[in-house]
Amino acid sequence: MSGVNRWRAREVTVRDRGWILGTFALLVALALWPVWRAVASAPPRLPDLPRPAGATACVEPVDVMRASHMRVLETWRDRVVRDGVRTFMDRSGRVVTMSLTGTCITACHADKAAFCDRCHDYAGVTPTCWNCHVVPPPGSVAAGGRR
Amino acid sequence: MTPGRRRFLRVTGAAAVAAAAGAALGCAAGRSRSRRLGFAIDAQRCASAKGCLDCIRACHRTHNVPDIPDAGHEVKWIWKEPFDRALAVDDPQILTPALRGLPVPVFCNHCDNPPCVRVCPTQATWPRDDGVVTIDAHRCIGCRYCVAACPYGSRSFNWVDPRPYVRAPPSDYPTRSRGVVEKCNLCEERLARGLRPACVEACAERAIIFGDLDDPASDLRRALANRYAVRRKPELGTRPQIYYLI
Repeated sequence: MSGVNRWRAREVTVRDRGWILGTFALLVALALWPVWRAVASAPPRLPDLPRPAGATACVEPVDVMRASHMRVLETWRDRVVRDGVRTFMDRSGRVVTMSLTGTCITACHADKAAFCDRCHDYAGVTPTCWNCHVVPPPGSVAAGGRR
Repeated sequence: MTPGRRRFLRVTGAAAVAAAAGAALGCAAGRSRSRRLGFAIDAQRCASAKGCLDCIRACHRTHNVPDIPDAGHEVKWIWKEPFDRALAVDDPQILTPALRGLPVPVFCNHCDNPPCVRVCPTQATWPRDDGVVTIDAHRCIGCRYCVAACPYGSRSFNWVDPRPYVRAPPSDYPTRSRGVVEKCNLCEERLARGLRPACVEACAERAIIFGDLDDPASDLRRALANRYAVRRKPELGTRPQIYYLI
């Protein structure tokens, strides 16, 4: 046996197939850990959003608002700022002032933290609207509605 | 010369004349406008209330203009300048020593030929058909070309987030964010509700006269008909819409 290095790398043979595939499968399983965890845990609860007291309908049906309220607000923004048009007539013929602070917040969703923020946190989005648009302190009623 | 060729020349000639006439008419008419809103400021009346800052306070409260102590980050919509610094009048008979140091309110001139609008790369600022030079803060990218273009220093840039410096409780007018330019908006949100600009309403001396320069029956035009008036840097051709009565 002299002259043969015992520590020389052994050649990989067909008998090692089990080890190789087993290790590979373990790595794949570990990489997919977040998937297993999501499958195992209970489905997440949708955020519980308070309905505004006294209001029965938004300016568009609920499913439209839920999916596309940001498009509605962008359209309002362009109409007011670019075109100088300040009122909007919804499908029921009701006319509202196109104003995030003056209408959306003041007239209906006074509790921004429980309505806007709760759902935005759930969806993982950070809209920049509130960097400028003012949330009136609770209890104060804005006059007229400006923007 | 065939009849066909003659007819062709007649038709093309008529079309060329019509096009030239149309272009000339279009130039003369300028942009279409409903009104031309402007101001006349009575320096003597303004100075009769010593140290009065009512117009500035009213404007800055209405529009949540921040009060930033660091002068390098200052944001202002309306402020006061000594008469001779705001208005270059080279006639000593007009610019009397008494008039020279009088503080007068200065703000955006809502120029009829606004240089700020011409340089804006995103069309975030434009003249409305009533003469108000307005800003869409949503579209402003903060390049500050307009700040450089305005010969009156009427525009301020938000170097820092203005929210902490806005007087509490804020009005419901949106504050601005860091990185956008702002200036006097001629209270367009109040005009839409049929109100006069906040500075005009706040002035107990009635030193700021507001109205439609295109309407000969307006108080503004009557004031201008009776008094000598000067404008800031008229030689630049910006056609400012604020007149200072002497």
